[in-house]
Amino acid sequence: MPFGAEQWRRVFEDFGEVFGAGFLHTLEFSLLGLVLALCIGIILGVFSVSQLKILRIIARVYVEFFQNTPLFLQLIFMYNVLPSVGIILDVFPICVLGVGIYHGAYISEVVRTGIESVPKGQIEAAYSQGFSFGKAMRMIVLPQAFRVMMPMLANQAVNLVKNTSVTAMIAGGELMYLTDSWVGLYLCYGPGYLMAGALYFVINFPLVTLAKHLEKRAKLGPAVSHKKAPKEMPEVAVVEVS
Amino acid sequence: MEIFSQVFSKSNIAFMFQGIGMMLSVAVVAILLSLLFGTILGSVKSYGPKPLRVIVSVYIEIFRTTPNLLWILIIYFLVPFGKEIPSMVKDFMSGSLAFTLFTSAVVAEIVRGGLNSIPKGQFEAAASQGFSLFQTLKMIVLPQALRVSIPALLSQVITVVKDTSLLAAVNIAEFTVNGRIVIAQFSGNAAAMFLVYGFMALIYFAICFTLSICVRRLQHPKVISEAKHSEKMLPSAQ
Repeated sequence: MPFGAEQWRRVFEDFGEVFGAGFLHTLEFSLLGLVLALCIGIILGVFSVSQLKILRIIARVYVEFFQNTPLFLQLIFMYNVLPSVGIILDVFPICVLGVGIYHGAYISEVVRTGIESVPKGQIEAAYSQGFSFGKAMRMIVLPQAFRVMMPMLANQAVNLVKNTSVTAMIAGGELMYLTDSWVGLYLCYGPGYLMAGALYFVINFPLVTLAKHLEKRAKLGPAVSHKKAPKEMPEVAVVEVS
Repeated sequence: MEIFSQVFSKSNIAFMFQGIGMMLSVAVVAILLSLLFGTILGSVKSYGPKPLRVIVSVYIEIFRTTPNLLWILIIYFLVPFGKEIPSMVKDFMSGSLAFTLFTSAVVAEIVRGGLNSIPKGQFEAAASQGFSLFQTLKMIVLPQALRVSIPALLSQVITVVKDTSLLAAVNIAEFTVNGRIVIAQFSGNAAAMFLVYGFMALIYFAICFTLSICVRRLQHPKVISEAKHSEKMLPSAQ
């Protein structure tokens, strides 16, 4: 019986120490991972539109490498291989680093798309007023790019929360891992997985709703004059990254 | 150098390529099936009757918000495939089923985005020529919508190829699992680990990078034509 009443009772009996604890860890991983991914993403996104070729190459190589190899492989590399060369990291930093580094690549693409949606004239105008590249980015281009980026960032956050589950495969101790080891122990596969799914839904549904709202807003009114941003662009561009 | 030839012995290479075979067959089957289902779901969500629309939206939201790994586990442990089927085939079936389920949801969203970009006039024109809604979708709108969606769909293919590595969670003999079995022969030898993980990264990278170049090629002309278009628009706007 995959869905017996007895099994549901077990799920609620152990809710706190399995699902509750896992839920909190998943939130923790997601938040820290997101902060790291945003830092990496913004820096590399700016690199990828800079005039210095070397910076553009660094950003390109980083993005291509981390977007085109599986997160799982990156995690087991840090978990299994780094210790053998003397770099011993705890599971917790590995999970946060792994997820942050991986999604940093995706967010940098989002940032690049956002920056490219701001008309060139803006940065030229800023230069003509004596702004440096960094200052023009920080004070003029990025705030405008943000509007285009917001829905895509919300979607990235959804994917990031989903991908924290991959750390279960290196015993990350978050929701997926705790659920998986617990259901195996008590053979409560059905109710256990459903409960985990429901908890992921609790985290992600508000994010998905936010993303939709932001998409609508970005489509409705161009508060800034980015004529170049095609109206249907967020729709198509948002779903392609994951 | 000795370790190199030991790691990449004939039998090990064959074993790892078996894994690549499993990975690619799951990916290809899942992609083809989810293209079909996703297109149907996306069309229903955009133009279907109201109750169906709601059901499809719920389906998409559920798979959009829950991790793929969860569905791999659910399918593997909870869907009975019958005892007489050989385990290799069973693994393949449960893997492709799981990937089809959540990839269809993503494809549906992509297709819907593509459908939204098709001007309403197309429908009106088709209706004026006596096309039914289904005919309009099949012969006029979907071919255009899918063409617009090709870059996004290809990006999703990359994601599927990478995510097949998650099948390692249920020990389905795909590339990462077989690679790790090869590593296990060398009982934690650092050089062997580097070689095998390096080889794995290289293969995944080769497949996904090729696809991502295609994505960029396909996106590029569009970007240029749009830029030209907006330049042309400028004088009249001033």
